[in-house]
Amino acid sequence: MENQHHWPLYEVFIRARGGLDHKHVGSLHATDARMAIEHARDLYTRRQEGVSIWVVPSVDIVASDPGESAALFEPARDKIYRHPTFYEIPDEVKTL
Amino acid sequence: MSAAATATTAATATTANAAATAADAVGPRASLAYLLRLGDLSLVLGQRLGEWVGHSPALEEDLGMANIALDLIGQARLLLSYAGEVEGRGRGEDEIAFLREHGEYLNATLAEQPNGDFGHTIVRQVLLDAFQLELYQRLAASADARLAAIAAKSVKETRYHLRYSAGWLVRLGDGTEESHARVQSALERLWPLTVELFAADEIDRAMADAGIAPPLEQVRAAWAARVDALLAEATLERPRDQSHAWFGKQGQHSEHLGYLLAEMQYMQRTYPGARW
Repeated sequence: MENQHHWPLYEVFIRARGGLDHKHVGSLHATDARMAIEHARDLYTRRQEGVSIWVVPSVDIVASDPGESAALFEPARDKIYRHPTFYEIPDEVKTL
Repeated sequence: MSAAATATTAATATTANAAATAADAVGPRASLAYLLRLGDLSLVLGQRLGEWVGHSPALEEDLGMANIALDLIGQARLLLSYAGEVEGRGRGEDEIAFLREHGEYLNATLAEQPNGDFGHTIVRQVLLDAFQLELYQRLAASADARLAAIAAKSVKETRYHLRYSAGWLVRLGDGTEESHARVQSALERLWPLTVELFAADEIDRAMADAGIAPPLEQVRAAWAARVDALLAEATLERPRDQSHAWFGKQGQHSEHLGYLLAEMQYMQRTYPGARW
């Protein structure tokens, strides 16, 4: 098991059905991209969860800094008018 | 559809009707033996792969090999159920899988070889995956419709098995000095056992003559081309062909099968008829 610590981490995205977006489902270790796809297939699609797989080396993901979350996200908090809750929805519209 | 095409279709249909099952074409004894050869190969190899569960080099490989083992056991279930019907003694898949004696198993000896290290398991897997792939591809066109359907389902699974094992063969063969040395030595040890896969006997020939199974020399040529390409990519050297003493498909096994059966059969022999 110790060797596994040297295997790079990949993030896995699965498309559940044609027309849907790929969704992040988890991560895994693999030595290369081909193995990452195979592991993703074995780990995350064994119960027919998907029709397409993306794997992305975790090191290539640029993430926002949790320390900056106040600056990034709090200014949106008091702008509730951005939510579409002020519209009257006509009765005829069933699926919104 | 043109007249010629209609005629061809009609001719094919007639041939298929003439030999609707392997048992009709070559008799129940030969077809039972042939089905056991196919089914036992998957069963025993699946059991071997299952031994890795909880012991793999990584959690991901644990699941990968368990997945392949389950595919193989699924193939064994279909083939052994069919064998039970051909046998006509009322035995189902479980009785056939778990309650036969050592010499009644007809898997090729290669399948029962111990796992060894991970590289050793991968070499065994590549050799047998490539064999099953070439065989199932051709069995999908078998005159026996049921066997053809089982092969058509299995060929998809097997294509993935080979993708998995071949990926590892190249990674290890073309990896470090140590990984290369290990898989090369596994190849030297296992290679002699591949001879049996293609050594046609009267059952294989009867199956081929009846259009139930492909001629083994045809399977061998395709297998060799595939394996040679993989070995080249993995920078491994193909060992020389040599004869060997074992002939599992006629019930003459290496000493390893007995230990495998003892573990595999334990539950059914302790609790006969147990289901879950």
